[in-house]
This record gives sequence, C-alpha cells and structure tokens, in this order.
Amino acid sequence: MHMIKADVKMDIYSHNDHIAGHVREYLEQHGIYAVNVMGAPGTGKTTSLEQLMKHLPGKVYVIEGDIESDLDTERLRRQNVPAAQINTFGACHLDAPLVHNAVHAMDFPEPGILFIENVGNLVCPAELTIGENIKLLIVSVTDGSDKPYKYPLAFEKADVILLNKVDLLPYLDFDEDFFMKGLRHLNKTAPVFKVSGRTGEGYAEAAQWLAKAAASAAKQ
Amino acid sequence: MHEYPVTLEIVRIASETAREKHGRVRAIHLVVGEDSGFIGASIQMYFDIIAEGTPCAGATLTIRDVKPKMRCDKCGRLFERKRFSFTCPWCGGAGSPTEIGKEFYIDTVDLEVP
Repeated sequence: MHMIKADVKMDIYSHNDHIAGHVREYLEQHGIYAVNVMGAPGTGKTTSLEQLMKHLPGKVYVIEGDIESDLDTERLRRQNVPAAQINTFGACHLDAPLVHNAVHAMDFPEPGILFIENVGNLVCPAELTIGENIKLLIVSVTDGSDKPYKYPLAFEKADVILLNKVDLLPYLDFDEDFFMKGLRHLNKTAPVFKVSGRTGEGYAEAAQWLAKAAASAAKQ
Repeated sequence: MHEYPVTLEIVRIASETAREKHGRVRAIHLVVGEDSGFIGASIQMYFDIIAEGTPCAGATLTIRDVKPKMRCDKCGRLFERKRFSFTCPWCGGAGSPTEIGKEFYIDTVDLEVP
C-alpha cells in the first residue's frame, strides 16, 4: 500500500450544473423560457407572478418551490395557471435534480414562460443554477435598504430586479440612494422595476421587458 | 440542512476518485470561498456521518478558506470590502465583485492505493 495525491479540481456544483444543462435543453426544445424567481419569504414572489401574468402576452407556467405546503400552487391553479409543486422538506433552495423531475412531470403544450419560484430565501438560491435562462430577484422596500450589502450574491447574480411594495414608501425610512448605490456596485446592468403587488403599478413595464427577453432568446 | 446535500456530493466525488484507483480516501482537501455560502465546520460535521460505509470512511477533511475580494473600477487593485461598503480603501473608487471568494471545489484527494 502507498499514498498518492489525486488532482481532482472539481467544482462541487458540477453534478448540479450538468443536470441544469439538461433541464435548459429540455425546456428549449419545448419553446420554454425559464425564469428563476428569488426573494426572501413574504417579499411578494407569488403576488408578483400573478401581476406579471396579467401583462404577459403568451402562455405562463409556474413551478412553486416551498419547504412545505402547496398553498401557492393551489392559489395559482384556481386562476387556471398550470402550476406544479416542489416541496424540499427542509432544504433551503431548489436544485437542478428537483427541477429536472418537476419539468419532466409537467406538460408544455405550447411555448411560453416558466417561472420557477425558488424557496423564500435571499441567500442560497443565488448559489445554484437550475436550468433557468435568467434570474429574477424580488426585493421589497419593507426588507430594508441595506439588503445589497448584506446579501450581495443575490444582487450580483440577478438579471432583472423588482423593487416591490413601493406604495409603502411614504411610511418607511427606505433609503433608495443607499440601496441603489450598493446594488449598482454589485450589478451594473440588471434593470430595476419599481412595483407594487397591491396596486399593480410597474408590472406592465417589467412584463414587457420579460416578454422581450423571452422573444429574443427564442430567436437564438 | 444547507451543507448536507453538498457534503453528499463531496463524498460521492471523492469515492468515485478512490474507486477509479482501487484505493481508499485518506484525506480530502477542499477550497471554500467565504462567499460560496458554505461553512466549513458544518461540512465537517456532516462529513463523518455521511462518509461511513463509503471509501471515504475515516478520512480527514481539510478546508482552505478564501477571503472574498473586490476589484476597484478606478485603480484596478483587489481589496476586501468593509461592512456596508463597496468602496476601494486605496483610492475611494467603486469596487466590483470578482470570482475570488466564491470558490467551492475539491482540490486534491489523498488516496491509499495497492
């Protein structure tokens, strides 16, 4: 017996990323543009999806990721949205194998946008790819203006950001300059749409941006 | 829970490496950036339990931590950010994120082979 050193240099996410590649390929074959929706619990992820759907011209599908329960899925199904549920039972984020199983159990009769609502968490979902085309980050003014400084990865990785609950701004000490300054250090390009899940303001513009991004991906 | 699935993956990769060489894992050397979102101590805690009954049983786990660094858009220097700031301490310019500090990989595996 003797000792050797094996040079592995293998990313621990490589298995996940490999499966994420399969998910992406499968969805592209079905004409589906996938959006990984990230945000803290209670920031308005499901409400924002409901608002965006009102303005999106094509078909919309949803996968809901939650630790437990299917409340959000049932809520969407009542509105005739094709929705599937992933329960992680303790895990704080979705990973590619979970999403792989979910997309293969779904029907995609026509092209459209698939929103994959990640588990409510501003940390871990940003670390993994799950086969998405883009990452949509939803953050609310009630979360506080220091969030880019405290959770930099989510802001760095986002392709588009919704700043939600702006109807509450008059009642809060949200420092928008401080928020935007931190955000722009981390991410110079992601568009930021100010929205209110309660009043519906701002979602038409955000939906227009998403529809354009999906259409441009479909052409490639 | 967060570290559990990644520890499974670490054991899977190292065990596969050992099987290829018909050996046993004696040590796994990880590189973990502080912005990777993983805590070395938690991985260590799960490792001994998960490694049982695999070619990694009894192996030691070493973790090299990497401090995250930003790059100044103005002077180009790398720096560690202070809390609630992304400003370069050298020239006051704006810092942008880099990949330094996001590492999360198995560097090498020490194997006992016949």
